[in-house]
Amino acid sequence: MVTTLTPHQRAFRSTVALKALMALTGLILIAFLLMHCFGNLKLLISAEEFNHYAHWLKGEGDAGGMLEPLIPHGWFIWIFRVFMLAAAVLHILAAVVLWRRAYNATPSNYEARKKLAQTYAARTQRLGGVILGALLLWHLLQFTVIPAQMAGQAGEPSSYVIFAFGQWYYVLCYAVFMGLVCLHVRHGFWSAFTTLGVNTSKRAEKVLNVLAYLIAALLFIGFMAMPLAVLGGIVS
Amino acid sequence: MSENLMSLTLRIWRQPNAATAGKISEYKLAGVSSDMSFLEMLDMLNEELTVKGEEPVAFDYDCREGICGMCGIVINGVPHGRGNSAVATTTCQLHMRNFKDGDVITIEPWRATPFPIIKDLVVDRRAFDKIIASGGYISVNTGAAPEAHANAVSKLKADRAFDAATCVGCGACVAACPNHSGMLFVAAKITHLAMLPQGQPERPLRIKTMIGTHDELGFAGCQNAGECAAVCPKEIPLDTIAQLNRDLIASLFNRAGKSTAAE
Ligand code: FES
Repeated sequence: MVTTLTPHQRAFRSTVALKALMALTGLILIAFLLMHCFGNLKLLISAEEFNHYAHWLKGEGDAGGMLEPLIPHGWFIWIFRVFMLAAAVLHILAAVVLWRRAYNATPSNYEARKKLAQTYAARTQRLGGVILGALLLWHLLQFTVIPAQMAGQAGEPSSYVIFAFGQWYYVLCYAVFMGLVCLHVRHGFWSAFTTLGVNTSKRAEKVLNVLAYLIAALLFIGFMAMPLAVLGGIVS
Repeated sequence: MSENLMSLTLRIWRQPNAATAGKISEYKLAGVSSDMSFLEMLDMLNEELTVKGEEPVAFDYDCREGICGMCGIVINGVPHGRGNSAVATTTCQLHMRNFKDGDVITIEPWRATPFPIIKDLVVDRRAFDKIIASGGYISVNTGAAPEAHANAVSKLKADRAFDAATCVGCGACVAACPNHSGMLFVAAKITHLAMLPQGQPERPLRIKTMIGTHDELGFAGCQNAGECAAVCPKEIPLDTIAQLNRDLIASLFNRAGKSTAAE
Protein backbone atom coordinates (compact mmCIF):
# COMPACT_ATOMS: atom_id res chain seq x y z
CA MET A 1 0.00 0.00 0.00
CA VAL A 2 1.49 3.32 -1.04
CA THR A 3 0.45 6.04 1.29
CA THR A 4 0.34 9.72 0.59
CA LEU A 5 -0.19 10.64 4.23
CA THR A 6 2.56 12.32 6.18
CA PRO A 7 3.96 10.50 9.22
CA HIS A 8 2.12 13.06 11.35
CA GLN A 9 -1.22 12.28 9.73
CA ARG A 10 -0.60 8.57 10.05
CA ALA A 11 0.13 9.02 13.74
CA PHE A 12 -3.23 10.76 14.18
CA ARG A 13 -5.02 7.87 12.50
CA SER A 14 -2.98 5.19 14.28
CA THR A 15 -4.32 2.48 16.55
CA VAL A 16 -2.56 4.19 19.44
CA ALA A 17 -4.29 7.53 18.81
CA LEU A 18 -7.63 5.72 18.45
CA LYS A 19 -7.00 3.98 21.73
CA ALA A 20 -6.15 7.28 23.41
CA LEU A 21 -9.53 8.57 22.23
CA MET A 22 -11.15 5.46 23.62
CA ALA A 23 -9.34 5.86 26.91
CA LEU A 24 -10.33 9.51 27.32
CA THR A 25 -13.99 8.93 26.46
CA GLY A 26 -14.03 5.84 28.66
CA LEU A 27 -12.72 7.79 31.63
CA ILE A 28 -15.37 10.46 31.02
CA LEU A 29 -18.00 7.71 31.10
CA ILE A 30 -16.57 6.34 34.34
CA ALA A 31 -16.66 9.83 35.88
CA PHE A 32 -20.30 10.03 34.82
CA LEU A 33 -21.04 6.68 36.48
CA LEU A 34 -19.59 7.93 39.76
CA MET A 35 -21.77 11.04 39.59
CA HIS A 36 -24.83 9.00 38.63
CA CYS A 37 -24.20 6.68 41.55
CA PHE A 38 -24.00 9.63 43.92
CA GLY A 39 -27.36 10.90 42.63
CA ASN A 40 -29.03 7.51 43.11
CA LEU A 41 -27.92 7.34 46.70
CA LYS A 42 -29.94 10.47 47.45
CA LEU A 43 -32.98 8.23 47.54
CA LEU A 44 -31.56 6.69 50.70
CA ILE A 45 -31.98 10.09 52.37
CA SER A 46 -35.53 10.66 51.18
CA ALA A 47 -37.72 10.66 48.10
CA GLU A 48 -37.99 14.45 48.30
CA GLU A 49 -34.23 14.82 48.30
CA PHE A 50 -33.97 12.50 45.29
CA ASN A 51 -36.66 14.33 43.34
CA HIS A 52 -35.23 17.70 44.20
CA TYR A 53 -31.83 16.61 42.89
CA ALA A 54 -33.36 15.30 39.66
CA HIS A 55 -35.25 18.52 39.11
CA TRP A 56 -32.22 20.59 39.92
CA LEU A 57 -30.17 18.77 37.27
CA LYS A 58 -32.83 19.46 34.69
CA GLY A 59 -33.29 23.05 35.77
CA GLU A 60 -36.93 22.39 36.62
CA GLY A 61 -38.57 24.02 39.58
CA ASP A 62 -37.83 27.43 41.01
CA ALA A 63 -34.77 26.59 43.07
CA GLY A 64 -32.66 27.17 39.94
CA GLY A 65 -30.75 24.49 38.06
CA MET A 66 -27.17 23.31 37.94
CA LEU A 67 -24.58 25.96 37.03
CA GLU A 68 -27.20 28.71 37.03
CA PRO A 69 -26.95 31.60 36.33
CA LEU A 70 -23.76 30.78 34.43
CA ILE A 71 -25.82 28.80 31.95
CA PRO A 72 -29.42 29.80 31.17
CA HIS A 73 -32.24 27.98 32.88
CA GLY A 74 -32.68 24.42 31.66
CA TRP A 75 -29.71 24.41 29.34
CA PHE A 76 -27.29 22.47 31.45
CA ILE A 77 -29.04 19.13 31.04
CA TRP A 78 -28.99 19.41 27.25
CA ILE A 79 -25.38 20.50 27.01
CA PHE A 80 -24.54 17.64 29.33
CA ARG A 81 -26.55 15.10 27.34
CA VAL A 82 -24.91 16.11 24.07
CA PHE A 83 -21.50 15.88 25.69
CA MET A 84 -22.18 12.40 27.11
CA LEU A 85 -23.67 11.19 23.86
CA ALA A 86 -20.59 12.41 21.97
CA ALA A 87 -18.32 10.62 24.42
CA ALA A 88 -20.30 7.39 24.07
CA VAL A 89 -20.44 7.59 20.27
CA LEU A 90 -16.70 8.28 19.94
CA HIS A 91 -15.97 5.44 22.37
CA ILE A 92 -18.04 3.01 20.32
CA LEU A 93 -16.67 4.23 16.98
CA ALA A 94 -13.09 3.79 18.13
CA ALA A 95 -13.98 0.32 19.41
CA VAL A 96 -15.50 -0.67 16.08
CA VAL A 97 -12.47 0.48 14.08
CA LEU A 98 -10.04 -1.28 16.44
CA TRP A 99 -12.16 -4.41 16.47
CA ARG A 100 -12.12 -4.51 12.68
CA ARG A 101 -8.36 -4.09 12.57
CA ALA A 102 -7.93 -6.92 15.07
CA TYR A 103 -10.28 -9.10 13.06
CA ASN A 104 -8.29 -8.45 9.89
CA ALA A 105 -5.03 -9.28 11.64
CA THR A 106 -6.33 -12.73 12.57
CA PRO A 107 -6.02 -15.15 9.65
CA SER A 108 -7.24 -18.24 11.51
CA ASN A 109 -7.58 -19.47 15.05
CA TYR A 110 -5.09 -21.62 16.88
CA GLU A 111 -5.87 -25.32 17.23
CA ALA A 112 -4.88 -25.03 20.85
CA ARG A 113 -4.86 -21.83 22.84
CA LYS A 114 -3.75 -21.28 26.38
CA LYS A 115 -4.22 -17.91 28.02
CA LEU A 116 -1.54 -16.85 30.43
CA ALA A 117 -2.23 -13.30 31.46
CA GLN A 118 -5.54 -11.88 30.35
CA THR A 119 -8.34 -11.49 32.84
CA TYR A 120 -11.93 -12.50 32.22
CA ALA A 121 -12.77 -8.80 32.09
CA ALA A 122 -10.20 -8.18 29.36
CA ARG A 123 -11.43 -11.12 27.31
CA THR A 124 -15.07 -10.03 27.45
CA GLN A 125 -14.42 -6.31 27.00
CA ARG A 126 -15.78 -6.11 23.47
CA LEU A 127 -18.76 -8.41 23.64
CA GLY A 128 -19.54 -7.04 27.10
CA GLY A 129 -19.48 -3.56 25.61
CA VAL A 130 -22.03 -4.50 22.97
CA ILE A 131 -24.37 -6.03 25.55
CA LEU A 132 -23.92 -2.95 27.73
CA GLY A 133 -24.92 -0.69 24.86
CA ALA A 134 -28.18 -2.59 24.41
CA LEU A 135 -28.94 -2.61 28.13
CA LEU A 136 -28.15 1.09 28.33
CA LEU A 137 -30.79 1.86 25.68
CA TRP A 138 -33.37 -0.03 27.72
CA HIS A 139 -32.26 1.75 30.87
CA LEU A 140 -32.59 5.19 29.25
CA LEU A 141 -35.94 4.32 27.77
CA GLN A 142 -37.29 3.23 31.11
CA PHE A 143 -36.03 6.01 33.33
CA THR A 144 -35.44 8.97 31.02
CA VAL A 145 -37.43 8.82 27.80
CA ILE A 146 -40.81 7.39 28.79
CA PRO A 147 -40.64 6.78 32.52
CA ALA A 148 -44.18 7.94 33.24
CA GLN A 149 -45.64 5.56 30.67
CA MET A 150 -43.77 2.65 32.24
CA ALA A 151 -44.96 3.17 35.79
CA GLY A 152 -45.13 5.67 38.61
CA GLN A 153 -46.29 9.26 38.67
CA ALA A 154 -45.23 11.79 36.05
CA GLY A 155 -42.74 14.33 37.32
CA GLU A 156 -41.81 12.29 40.36
CA PRO A 157 -38.63 10.38 39.51
CA SER A 158 -38.58 8.58 42.85
CA SER A 159 -41.85 6.90 41.97
CA TYR A 160 -40.43 5.30 38.79
CA VAL A 161 -37.49 3.95 40.69
CA ILE A 162 -39.46 2.70 43.65
CA PHE A 163 -41.92 0.98 41.38
CA ALA A 164 -39.21 -0.77 39.34
CA PHE A 165 -37.03 -1.88 42.22
CA GLY A 166 -39.97 -3.04 44.28
CA GLN A 167 -39.88 -6.17 42.16
CA TRP A 168 -37.21 -8.74 42.85
CA TYR A 169 -36.71 -9.82 39.24
CA TYR A 170 -36.08 -6.27 38.25
CA VAL A 171 -33.43 -5.88 40.91
CA LEU A 172 -31.88 -9.11 39.68
CA CYS A 173 -31.72 -7.85 36.08
CA TYR A 174 -30.25 -4.61 37.33
CA ALA A 175 -27.61 -6.52 39.29
CA VAL A 176 -26.57 -8.35 36.11
CA PHE A 177 -26.46 -5.03 34.27
CA MET A 178 -24.29 -3.47 36.96
CA GLY A 179 -22.10 -6.57 37.09
CA LEU A 180 -21.38 -6.14 33.38
CA VAL A 181 -20.73 -2.43 33.84
CA CYS A 182 -18.23 -3.12 36.60
CA LEU A 183 -16.51 -5.86 34.62
CA HIS A 184 -16.11 -3.44 31.73
CA VAL A 185 -14.86 -0.72 34.08
CA ARG A 186 -12.43 -3.14 35.75
CA HIS A 187 -10.48 -3.71 32.57
CA GLY A 188 -11.31 -0.32 31.07
CA PHE A 189 -9.94 1.72 33.94
CA TRP A 190 -6.57 0.02 34.03
CA SER A 191 -6.40 -0.14 30.26
CA ALA A 192 -7.26 3.54 29.82
CA PHE A 193 -4.47 4.69 32.09
CA THR A 194 -2.02 2.35 30.39
CA THR A 195 -3.04 3.73 27.03
CA LEU A 196 -2.53 7.25 28.30
CA GLY A 197 0.98 6.28 29.32
CA VAL A 198 0.64 6.18 33.11
CA ASN A 199 1.67 2.53 33.52
CA THR A 200 5.42 3.02 33.46
CA SER A 201 6.65 0.45 35.98
CA LYS A 202 5.71 -2.85 37.61
CA ARG A 203 4.58 -0.85 40.62
CA ALA A 204 2.39 1.46 38.58
CA GLU A 205 0.86 -1.65 36.98
CA LYS A 206 -0.06 -2.99 40.40
CA VAL A 207 -1.46 0.32 41.65
CA LEU A 208 -3.57 0.77 38.51
CA ASN A 209 -4.93 -2.75 38.77
CA VAL A 210 -5.84 -2.37 42.43
CA LEU A 211 -7.47 0.99 41.72
CA ALA A 212 -9.44 -0.57 38.88
CA TYR A 213 -10.81 -3.28 41.19
CA LEU A 214 -11.63 -0.65 43.82
CA ILE A 215 -13.53 1.60 41.41
CA ALA A 216 -15.43 -1.37 40.01
CA ALA A 217 -16.35 -2.58 43.50
CA LEU A 218 -17.30 0.93 44.61
CA LEU A 219 -19.58 1.33 41.60
CA PHE A 220 -21.22 -2.04 42.13
CA ILE A 221 -21.91 -1.42 45.81
CA GLY A 222 -22.97 2.16 45.15
CA PHE A 223 -25.39 1.22 42.40
CA MET A 224 -26.86 -1.81 44.18
CA ALA A 225 -27.41 -0.12 47.56
CA MET A 226 -30.44 1.90 46.47
CA PRO A 227 -32.32 -0.88 44.60
CA LEU A 228 -31.75 -3.26 47.50
CA ALA A 229 -32.98 -0.67 49.95
CA VAL A 230 -36.13 -0.20 47.86
CA LEU A 231 -36.67 -3.95 47.57
CA GLY A 232 -36.14 -4.37 51.29
CA GLY A 233 -38.74 -1.71 51.98
CA ILE A 234 -36.27 0.61 53.70
CA VAL A 235 -37.18 3.36 51.23
CA SER A 236 -40.74 3.96 50.19
CA MET B 1 18.66 -35.19 36.80
CA SER B 2 18.55 -38.63 35.28
CA GLU B 3 17.59 -39.15 31.68
CA ASN B 4 14.08 -40.27 31.05
CA LEU B 5 12.72 -41.76 27.85
CA MET B 6 9.19 -40.98 26.78
CA SER B 7 6.69 -41.61 24.03
CA LEU B 8 4.78 -38.65 22.67
CA THR B 9 1.90 -37.89 20.36
CA LEU B 10 2.69 -34.85 18.26
CA ARG B 11 -0.10 -32.91 16.55
CA ILE B 12 1.74 -30.77 14.04
CA TRP B 13 0.47 -28.15 11.63
CA ARG B 14 1.43 -29.22 8.11
CA GLN B 15 1.06 -26.79 5.24
CA PRO B 16 3.05 -27.29 2.01
CA ASN B 17 3.04 -23.60 1.06
CA ALA B 18 1.30 -20.28 1.56
CA ALA B 19 -1.32 -20.96 -1.10
CA THR B 20 -2.44 -24.38 0.15
CA ALA B 21 -4.60 -24.84 3.20
CA GLY B 22 -2.91 -26.53 6.13
CA LYS B 23 -4.08 -29.08 8.63
CA ILE B 24 -2.98 -30.88 11.76
CA SER B 25 -1.21 -34.23 11.27
CA GLU B 26 -0.55 -36.66 14.08
CA TYR B 27 2.77 -38.42 14.67
CA LYS B 28 3.88 -40.89 17.33
CA LEU B 29 7.42 -40.48 18.54
CA ALA B 30 9.04 -42.93 20.95
CA GLY B 31 12.39 -42.79 22.77
CA VAL B 32 12.44 -39.06 23.31
CA SER B 33 14.97 -38.19 25.99
CA SER B 34 14.03 -35.67 28.68
CA ASP B 35 17.44 -34.08 28.12
CA MET B 36 16.65 -33.15 24.55
CA SER B 37 15.70 -29.64 23.58
CA PHE B 38 12.37 -29.19 21.87
CA LEU B 39 14.07 -28.63 18.53
CA GLU B 40 16.20 -31.77 18.96
CA MET B 41 12.97 -33.66 19.49
CA LEU B 42 11.71 -32.24 16.17
CA ASP B 43 15.04 -33.17 14.55
CA MET B 44 14.49 -36.73 15.75
CA LEU B 45 11.01 -36.79 14.26
CA ASN B 46 12.34 -35.39 10.98
CA GLU B 47 15.00 -38.14 10.78
CA GLU B 48 12.29 -40.75 11.18
CA LEU B 49 10.12 -39.03 8.55
CA THR B 50 13.04 -38.79 6.12
CA VAL B 51 13.86 -42.49 6.53
CA LYS B 52 10.22 -43.28 5.84
CA GLY B 53 10.36 -41.10 2.74
CA GLU B 54 7.97 -38.53 4.11
CA GLU B 55 8.41 -34.76 3.94
CA PRO B 56 10.15 -33.51 7.12
CA VAL B 57 8.53 -30.78 9.19
CA ALA B 58 9.87 -27.34 8.28
CA PHE B 59 10.71 -25.11 11.24
CA ASP B 60 12.87 -22.05 11.75
CA TYR B 61 15.97 -21.81 13.93
CA ASP B 62 19.46 -20.45 13.88
CA CYS B 63 21.49 -20.07 17.08
CA ARG B 64 19.71 -22.64 19.26
CA GLU B 65 21.05 -20.61 22.17
CA GLY B 66 18.05 -18.38 22.81
CA ILE B 67 19.65 -15.25 21.40
CA CYS B 68 18.67 -14.90 17.74
CA GLY B 69 14.89 -15.10 17.89
CA MET B 70 14.56 -17.27 14.79
CA CYS B 71 12.80 -20.19 16.41
CA GLY B 72 9.17 -19.55 16.99
CA ILE B 73 6.54 -22.22 17.44
CA VAL B 74 3.26 -22.24 19.30
CA ILE B 75 3.41 -25.22 21.64
CA ASN B 76 0.19 -26.32 23.32
CA GLY B 77 -1.30 -22.90 22.71
CA VAL B 78 1.62 -20.87 24.03
CA PRO B 79 4.22 -19.20 21.78
CA HIS B 80 7.60 -20.74 22.68
CA GLY B 81 5.76 -23.14 24.95
CA ARG B 82 6.69 -21.97 28.43
CA GLY B 83 3.22 -23.03 29.59
CA ASN B 84 2.87 -22.41 33.31
CA SER B 85 6.60 -22.47 33.90
CA ALA B 86 8.07 -19.51 35.75
CA VAL B 87 11.01 -19.46 33.36
CA ALA B 88 10.72 -17.41 30.18
CA THR B 89 12.13 -19.26 27.20
CA THR B 90 12.60 -19.44 23.47
CA THR B 91 11.50 -22.63 21.73
CA CYS B 92 15.13 -23.76 21.31
CA GLN B 93 15.77 -23.40 25.03
CA LEU B 94 12.66 -25.32 26.00
CA HIS B 95 13.59 -28.83 27.08
CA MET B 96 11.69 -32.07 26.93
CA ARG B 97 11.91 -32.45 30.70
CA ASN B 98 8.94 -30.07 30.74
CA PHE B 99 6.86 -32.89 29.26
CA LYS B 100 6.04 -36.36 30.43
CA ASP B 101 5.55 -39.76 28.91
CA GLY B 102 2.32 -40.05 26.97
CA ASP B 103 1.84 -36.31 26.47
CA VAL B 104 -0.02 -35.01 23.44
CA ILE B 105 1.69 -31.87 22.14
CA THR B 106 0.04 -29.51 19.66
CA ILE B 107 2.60 -27.65 17.55
CA GLU B 108 1.58 -24.73 15.34
CA PRO B 109 3.11 -21.74 13.56
CA TRP B 110 2.61 -18.09 14.60
CA ARG B 111 -0.77 -17.04 13.31
CA ALA B 112 -1.12 -13.39 12.31
CA THR B 113 -1.99 -11.80 8.98
CA PRO B 114 1.27 -9.78 8.82
CA PHE B 115 3.21 -13.06 9.35
CA PRO B 116 2.06 -15.27 6.46
CA ILE B 117 2.92 -18.97 6.70
CA ILE B 118 5.66 -20.01 4.29
CA LYS B 119 5.65 -23.71 5.07
CA ASP B 120 4.58 -25.87 8.03
CA LEU B 121 5.87 -23.99 11.09
CA VAL B 122 7.84 -21.34 9.21
CA VAL B 123 6.37 -17.86 8.89
CA ASP B 124 7.54 -14.76 7.07
CA ARG B 125 8.50 -12.18 9.70
CA ARG B 126 9.92 -9.55 7.38
CA ALA B 127 7.16 -7.20 8.57
CA PHE B 128 9.30 -6.63 11.67
CA ASP B 129 12.27 -5.62 9.53
CA LYS B 130 10.08 -3.11 7.73
CA ILE B 131 9.02 -1.57 11.04
CA ILE B 132 12.65 -1.24 12.15
CA ALA B 133 13.67 0.18 8.78
CA SER B 134 10.98 2.84 9.10
CA GLY B 135 12.51 4.39 12.20
CA GLY B 136 14.01 1.94 14.69
CA TYR B 137 17.51 3.35 14.44
CA ILE B 138 19.54 6.46 15.20
CA SER B 139 21.32 8.57 12.63
CA VAL B 140 24.85 9.40 13.72
CA ASN B 141 27.93 10.38 11.87
CA THR B 142 30.72 7.95 12.42
CA GLY B 143 33.97 9.16 13.88
CA ALA B 144 35.71 9.16 17.23
CA ALA B 145 33.53 7.89 20.07
CA PRO B 146 32.37 10.75 22.30
CA GLU B 147 33.88 11.03 25.77
CA ALA B 148 31.92 8.63 27.95
CA HIS B 149 31.47 11.07 30.84
CA ALA B 150 30.18 13.88 28.64
CA ASN B 151 26.64 12.49 28.61
CA ALA B 152 25.64 11.00 31.92
CA VAL B 153 22.72 8.54 31.72
CA SER B 154 20.90 7.72 34.95
CA LYS B 155 21.10 4.12 36.13
CA LEU B 156 17.34 3.82 36.01
CA LYS B 157 17.14 4.87 32.37
CA ALA B 158 20.15 2.81 31.38
CA ASP B 159 18.56 -0.29 32.94
CA ARG B 160 15.27 0.38 31.22
CA ALA B 161 17.00 0.88 27.88
CA PHE B 162 19.00 -2.33 28.27
CA ASP B 163 15.98 -4.36 29.35
CA ALA B 164 14.09 -3.17 26.29
CA ALA B 165 17.08 -3.71 24.02
CA THR B 166 17.14 -7.43 24.77
CA CYS B 167 14.22 -7.96 22.36
CA VAL B 168 15.24 -10.54 19.77
CA GLY B 169 12.35 -9.81 17.41
CA CYS B 170 10.97 -13.35 17.48
CA GLY B 171 7.37 -12.22 17.13
CA ALA B 172 5.96 -14.26 20.01
CA CYS B 173 4.21 -11.11 21.25
CA VAL B 174 2.24 -10.88 18.01
CA ALA B 175 1.49 -14.59 18.07
CA ALA B 176 0.17 -14.44 21.63
CA CYS B 177 -1.81 -11.22 21.31
CA PRO B 178 -5.57 -11.79 21.01
CA ASN B 179 -5.60 -8.89 18.50
CA HIS B 180 -2.28 -9.70 16.81
CA SER B 181 -0.80 -6.37 17.70
CA GLY B 182 2.92 -5.74 17.33
CA MET B 183 2.94 -3.19 20.14
CA LEU B 184 5.37 -4.95 22.47
CA PHE B 185 7.95 -5.27 19.70
CA VAL B 186 7.63 -1.60 18.69
CA ALA B 187 7.51 -0.56 22.34
CA ALA B 188 10.77 -2.37 23.08
CA LYS B 189 12.58 -0.46 20.36
CA ILE B 190 10.89 2.86 21.22
CA THR B 191 11.73 2.51 24.92
CA HIS B 192 15.28 1.41 24.23
CA LEU B 193 16.01 4.49 22.13
CA ALA B 194 13.86 6.93 24.11
CA MET B 195 15.83 6.32 27.30
CA LEU B 196 19.20 7.22 25.79
CA PRO B 197 20.60 10.56 24.64
CA GLN B 198 21.36 9.22 21.17
CA GLY B 199 17.69 8.50 20.64
CA GLN B 200 16.42 12.00 21.39
CA PRO B 201 16.81 13.93 18.10
CA GLU B 202 14.61 11.53 16.14
CA ARG B 203 12.31 10.59 19.01
CA PRO B 204 9.07 12.34 17.93
CA LEU B 205 9.44 11.33 14.31
CA ARG B 206 10.49 7.75 15.11
CA ILE B 207 7.31 6.90 16.96
CA LYS B 208 5.18 8.30 14.16
CA THR B 209 6.88 6.42 11.37
CA MET B 210 7.17 3.15 13.29
CA ILE B 211 3.53 3.11 14.38
CA GLY B 212 2.46 4.22 10.90
CA THR B 213 4.30 1.26 9.40
CA HIS B 214 3.06 -1.11 12.12
CA ASP B 215 -0.55 -0.22 11.32
CA GLU B 216 -0.04 -0.23 7.57
CA LEU B 217 1.38 -3.76 7.66
CA GLY B 218 -1.82 -4.97 9.27
CA PHE B 219 -0.84 -5.34 12.91
CA ALA B 220 -3.77 -4.40 15.13
CA GLY B 221 -4.15 -2.39 18.31
CA CYS B 222 -3.21 -3.23 21.88
CA GLN B 223 -5.94 -4.11 24.34
CA ASN B 224 -3.67 -4.28 27.38
CA ALA B 225 -4.44 -7.96 27.91
CA GLY B 226 -0.81 -8.70 28.76
CA GLU B 227 -0.42 -11.96 26.82
CA CYS B 228 2.60 -10.59 24.92
CA ALA B 229 4.73 -9.90 27.98
CA ALA B 230 3.74 -13.28 29.44
CA VAL B 231 5.29 -15.20 26.53
CA CYS B 232 8.21 -12.89 25.73
CA PRO B 233 11.40 -14.96 26.00
CA LYS B 234 13.31 -11.82 26.99
CA GLU B 235 10.67 -10.68 29.47
CA ILE B 236 10.18 -7.26 27.88
CA PRO B 237 7.87 -5.62 30.42
CA LEU B 238 4.33 -4.55 29.53
CA ASP B 239 5.10 -1.04 30.76
CA THR B 240 7.18 -0.39 27.63
CA ILE B 241 3.84 -0.20 25.81
CA ALA B 242 2.79 2.64 28.12
CA GLN B 243 6.06 4.35 27.17
CA LEU B 244 5.18 3.93 23.51
CA ASN B 245 1.67 5.30 24.10
CA ARG B 246 3.09 8.24 26.02
CA ASP B 247 5.58 9.05 23.26
CA LEU B 248 2.97 8.75 20.54
CA ILE B 249 0.51 11.04 22.32
CA ALA B 250 3.29 13.56 23.00
CA SER B 251 4.40 13.38 19.36
CA LEU B 252 0.94 14.45 18.19
CA PHE B 253 1.78 17.89 19.60
CA ASN B 254 5.14 17.93 17.84
CA ARG B 255 5.77 19.18 14.32
CA ALA B 256 8.05 16.28 13.32
CA GLY B 257 6.81 14.53 10.20
CA LYS B 258 4.27 17.20 9.29
CA SER B 259 5.71 17.93 5.87
CA THR B 260 6.22 14.70 3.96
CA ALA B 261 9.34 12.87 2.92
CA ALA B 262 12.66 14.51 3.68
CA GLU B 263 12.52 14.81 7.45
S1 FES C 1 17.22 -20.59 17.52
FE1 FES C 1 18.05 -18.65 18.07
S2 FES C 1 16.75 -18.09 19.68
FE2 FES C 1 16.05 -20.09 19.25
